[in-house]
Amino acid sequence: MSLNNEMIQEKLVAKFGDQASQFATSYGMLSFESPKEINLKVLQFLYDEPGLGFTFLTDICAVNYPDQKGAELVVVYHLHNLKENIRLRYSVSTPLENTDVYTATKLFESANWMERETYDFFGINFVGHPNLKRILNVDEMDYFPLRKEFPLEDQTRIDKDDEMFGRG
Amino acid sequence: MEHNHITLPEGSIEKTTTTLNIGPTHPATHGVFQNIMEVDGERIVSSDQTVGYIHRAFEKLAERRPLYQITPITDRLNYCSSPINNMGWHITCERFLNVETPKRVDYLRVIIMELARISDHLICNSIVGVDTGAYTGFLYVMQYRELIYEIYEEICGSRLTTNIGRIGGFERNFTNAAFTKLEKFLNEYPKVLKEFENLFTRNRIFMERTQGTGGISAERALNYGFTGPNLRAAGVDYDVRVHQPYSSYQDFNFTVPVGTTGDNYDRFLVRNAEMWESISIIRQAYEKVQAFKGTDAEVYHADVPEYYLPKKEDVYTKMEALIWHFKIIMGEIDLPKGQIYSPVEGGNGELGFYLISDGGRTPFRLHFRRPCFIYYQAYPELIKGGMLSDAVVTMSSLNLIAGELDA
Amino acid sequence: MRPVRFNIHPKEADITEAIGMGKAPDGVPGDGFFATQLSSVVGLARKNSLWPLPFATSCCGIEFMATMASHYDLSRFGSERVGFSPRQCDLLMVMGTIAKKMAPVLRQVYIQMAEPRWVIAVGACASSGGIFDTYSVLQGIDQVIPVDVYVPGCPPRPEAIIDGFMKIQDLVGQESIRRRNSEQYKALLNSYGIQ
Repeated sequence: MSLNNEMIQEKLVAKFGDQASQFATSYGMLSFESPKEINLKVLQFLYDEPGLGFTFLTDICAVNYPDQKGAELVVVYHLHNLKENIRLRYSVSTPLENTDVYTATKLFESANWMERETYDFFGINFVGHPNLKRILNVDEMDYFPLRKEFPLEDQTRIDKDDEMFGRG
Repeated sequence: MEHNHITLPEGSIEKTTTTLNIGPTHPATHGVFQNIMEVDGERIVSSDQTVGYIHRAFEKLAERRPLYQITPITDRLNYCSSPINNMGWHITCERFLNVETPKRVDYLRVIIMELARISDHLICNSIVGVDTGAYTGFLYVMQYRELIYEIYEEICGSRLTTNIGRIGGFERNFTNAAFTKLEKFLNEYPKVLKEFENLFTRNRIFMERTQGTGGISAERALNYGFTGPNLRAAGVDYDVRVHQPYSSYQDFNFTVPVGTTGDNYDRFLVRNAEMWESISIIRQAYEKVQAFKGTDAEVYHADVPEYYLPKKEDVYTKMEALIWHFKIIMGEIDLPKGQIYSPVEGGNGELGFYLISDGGRTPFRLHFRRPCFIYYQAYPELIKGGMLSDAVVTMSSLNLIAGELDA
Repeated sequence: MRPVRFNIHPKEADITEAIGMGKAPDGVPGDGFFATQLSSVVGLARKNSLWPLPFATSCCGIEFMATMASHYDLSRFGSERVGFSPRQCDLLMVMGTIAKKMAPVLRQVYIQMAEPRWVIAVGACASSGGIFDTYSVLQGIDQVIPVDVYVPGCPPRPEAIIDGFMKIQDLVGQESIRRRNSEQYKALLNSYGIQ
């Protein structure tokens, strides 16, 4: 019997109880959440468990929900089981005050730069990362640009007239 | 001997390696990224990379624009094969908005995407040739890239950053001129590709330069998140067109070439073989398109007035078309709430679009899963212990496009 | 269906019309000599042998590759040899978006070039930031280095790049010998903070 979303959900609930929550299926992909403290345990379980085998990390990114107080930054892992061809979305959320999340680099080498990019854009501190510094922006930048509070444009530019672009 | 007038930096006598900076500006064809290498003579001991020299903040820019305005941004990701990025984005939007495209649109999209794949692999393979010292292949093959550009121009007006297609299909039907040029391409290009192959694949010098250098095993490649021709050269046959077919790829008959050792020679051969497969797919798609007769042959977009702009004649004469035109342009049409991750097989691998919408006019968050960014992390491991000139060939055979690296 | 506008009746090439004589600079001709200004002769020599430094960062770089290839062939204009060393090149062709992270590198390359040097900004991103009005993109390279010719387009067609190159050739041909030592030029460089 090949793997499907219900089986994944059952195994996760059996192992983690109600710490694995918010199960939802959107456009065919199962997604769930868990507290950020157990993110490595969940990833390891998904990697090692014989029936699951999510050994390919497709993507790590983050989203900023300024309205969800206490869970403003959400780190989203996209995993893929190549043999069974099933994808999974796993997210952990963290408040703005304490943005520590354990790093997945020991399990997946590809998490290295993806976590650096997430740190660069959102300021999430990945605990245990070998080289957590900015990757795409200039090193001297002191804010995290993709958070919703910051504007897209460089406010110090003088040659573009915001009025003309409808943003005045 | 004492050199009283020279003061050497601390620890430099004991240091046995030289620091070499292959800096952001190096011979133009590769793009801007920096490698600081520690070399011991000619052998590379370690290396460190810096990217971000062309970071243009696509993801933040996309939060400002409605869906149809994001297509020009996706062009600039892997700009050697921009139609694939455009089509991938439109397919993501169509999956998100539950729009079903007619078969003729799918087949036309396949033709354009495979032409773009040929164009991308041509640049990569010919630049590998240039880096090993063989400039002829590059010049010879660029003529046929010009022909591909002419085909794009017939359809969308632009050569490189095409912004081709719309959500639901294409902006205009393909003209007879486009099909004539496509036939010319299909007739002439296989001979050219054969000649290009003859220059390189069994060439003693090329084989000695590229075999055994820059290799990676399948397990390490999977751990590093490789996808696309680089992963297939390492031996894993993962292709998004087969695993999660989009745009009716399941109707086509093609093989996925796979290598063994993952070294530079295998990557060259895999890309070469993929170009042959692409030619065969384009032929099949062209026959399928020509099989549509009568009014079916005039179909070039899905019937979705909410997202596809109506024809100008209708806007000036019919009330409904005017209202839809107004609603689309002025942004009165809200997106449904939800999130979707939709991958396509780009020239370099799995190009994924992660779109989150909160019901507004523009995406709440759009993240591009860029294959180049993810597999460039493996570069120090690929070149460790090798020679400096092999490091340059490895860099070009990985097909690193700076726009996709930094986004 | 609109009529197909495809060139199926190409014109035959006429060799007698195609060959022309270049325009000689103003001067006094004579039997075995031609007297003219030194700057005209030097300009004529320089403009037909410009060595460009392609500073190609993104998509415009691929159009530059197409310009250098045989279909559009920039080497007809004398730039057969593109150099990558700033010391050896006359013309800095900046093609592509320059991010704020890259700006110091661009400035360093410009400073390393020897006089006389010209700069051409190819593409919308190099001219003014292009479609990327964001926090990380430099809104035009003329914020850091002086520019002689701007080529608009996203990306500009190879013909447009060649047109820009020909305008640089006009500038080079007409430049005065003393320009690089003049007060005006020094003031221009000082305004950019370049000595």
